[in-house]
Formats: sequence, structure tokens, C-alpha cells
Amino acid sequence: MRRIAVVIAALAFAAPAAASERHPTLAELEDEVMCPVCKPETIAQSNAPLAQRMKSFIAGRIAAGDTKSQIEDKLVAQFGRSVLASPSRHGFDLLAWLLPLLGVVGGAGVIGLLAWRWSRSRETATAGTPAAVGPPLDPELERKLDDELRRFDD
Amino acid sequence: MAVRVKLVAQAAAVVLVAGLLALLVWKLLHQDENVAGEMRAGKHPSAPTFVLRRLDRQGRLDLASLRGKAVVLNFWASWCDPCKQETPRLEAAWHRWRGRGVVLLGVDVLDFSGDARGFMRRYHVSYPVVHDGGGTTVGPYGLTGYPETFFVDRKGRLVGRHVAGPVKQGELDHNIRLALRS
Repeated sequence: MRRIAVVIAALAFAAPAAASERHPTLAELEDEVMCPVCKPETIAQSNAPLAQRMKSFIAGRIAAGDTKSQIEDKLVAQFGRSVLASPSRHGFDLLAWLLPLLGVVGGAGVIGLLAWRWSRSRETATAGTPAAVGPPLDPELERKLDDELRRFDD
Repeated sequence: MAVRVKLVAQAAAVVLVAGLLALLVWKLLHQDENVAGEMRAGKHPSAPTFVLRRLDRQGRLDLASLRGKAVVLNFWASWCDPCKQETPRLEAAWHRWRGRGVVLLGVDVLDFSGDARGFMRRYHVSYPVVHDGGGTTVGPYGLTGYPETFFVDRKGRLVGRHVAGPVKQGELDHNIRLALRS
């Protein structure tokens, strides 16, 4: 059942991604392309002449039937890799993807470790109460203690 | 053992934070370090070198290869309106000075190379032009807008006045003479 759910989820995400690659829209690319003269704005957020020109270039390439990767490659050839809002998944830029992931995994690990140590220290404290540890009382002493307690109750 | 691990972890965290703080301070202190800033302080730094693809012909051009000549470095873009007014003046200066040990070099910055070529045809640009689409020259030269013009002497040092905005004919001639003289 779980496998079926995973397959359905994968298909649900893969289909729009493939459609976006083949038939990109101007709106989605505008959000993924930086404005080189007004960083850190994307061209969607900018009205600079260059941003306007880039929008018209992208619209022209979409009309010509280019895929999203082809349009991105053409922009990178003109303006360099930094024109794309998201870093590449190769070389040094891969760190930008991996470090946040490592941070989340590391943070979860630290929290898990602290929680485990905290629960373990509580268990030890409970197990270490005087009633539960130490050697049993001497029978004579125990009898005397019972007598005293009985007298106290009376 | 646990105490030792804790101490090492704390020391590592302190070192990491101190390192990041040092990096921040270094960045703040050095962010204005570019040749435009140095020229404002009255210095004559070496022109930052570059090797860029040519737009006026095939191949690449290395700024260092122009050592021995006075160079007018003009940073522009086809989408820049003031560049349109300035270009005829640059073209005129190129015709006046080209036989006298002067090179006028246009650097098309953050622009589509096709647009730049169209601009060069429309404004009859005949001086050499290179394409810096990624803007690698922006930081070292401290460019804040377009056009901007620098003057490089025969030894590769920046001389005269760095002109931000359209350069005037008189400024061109005066600074070219300075570059030839020094």
C-alpha cells in the first residue's frame, strides 16, 4: 500500500516537471532567472531595461519552441551561471544543496541524541532511588523498624 | 570522556563563530576595494586585466596585450540610453587618435552579444569591442552604472579621471594626452 502511494506521489510530481521542461511558461522562468544588473532580484521583480529585454528574449524562445533547458543554456551562455536563481547540482555549487540537507540531518541527530540522553538519565535517576537500590536490610533491623512503625500507628 | 567531547565541541563552535565574524569584518573592510575607489583616493592602480571574447571579430582580446599603448576603456551596454549619445563621440575620438599609439576598447557588459552587435552596426562602431556578459569586470573596476570610461597609460596604470556617465570630447582628449604622456 505504501509503495503504491510512493509511486503515485512520484508520478504526480514527475508529470508537471516534464510538462514544464517541454512547455515552459514565461511566468515560471521569470522567477528562476536573476536580473544581472539588479541582483538579488529576479527578472520578474525588476523593471530594469535589461530585465525587460530578458523577458522578451525568453518569450521569443518559448514561441520558437525551445525547452526550458535550452532557454536556460542560452541565458547561461550570455550571462554566466549566476543568471540562474538556483545553483547547479554539480561541482562546488552542489554544496549549496547539500549543506542545508546536512544541517537538517545533523540537527535532527543532535536533537535525537539529546532526547535519548535525557530519557536515559531520567531512567537512571528513577532506578537509583534509595528504595530500589542497595543491600537488603538486616532482618533484626527490619523487625525493629516494623515494631516502631506499628507503635507509631497505634 | 563526555566532558572532553563537550569541551572540544564548544571550542569548535567558538572557532567557527569567530571565523565567520572575521570573514564578515574582512568583507566589510574590503568591499570598496576596486580601482574606481583607489582612483578617488588619488592613486593610480594597475588596470585589472581581463581576457574576453571579441564582438568586432573572431577571437579573444587580452588587455595585457595592449601594454605599450594608451587605452581608452569604455564600459557600455546596448540597453543603456546614455551610451547611445556617447558612442558617436567615442567613434570620432577613435578616428582622431588611432594612428598615434592609442586604442579605444569597448567592453560590452551584462548584455546579449547579439544586441551589442546590432548596436555596433547601428552606431557604426569601428573600434574593438569585447563582450563581458557575466560582468566579470564590474567588481574589479567598481562599475556602478553605464557608461563608464577609464584611461590606461602605456605601462598599464590607470591615469587621469575616471568618467562615470557619458564622456565629453574634451575629457577624452585631455585624458588620452595624459595617458600618452605618463
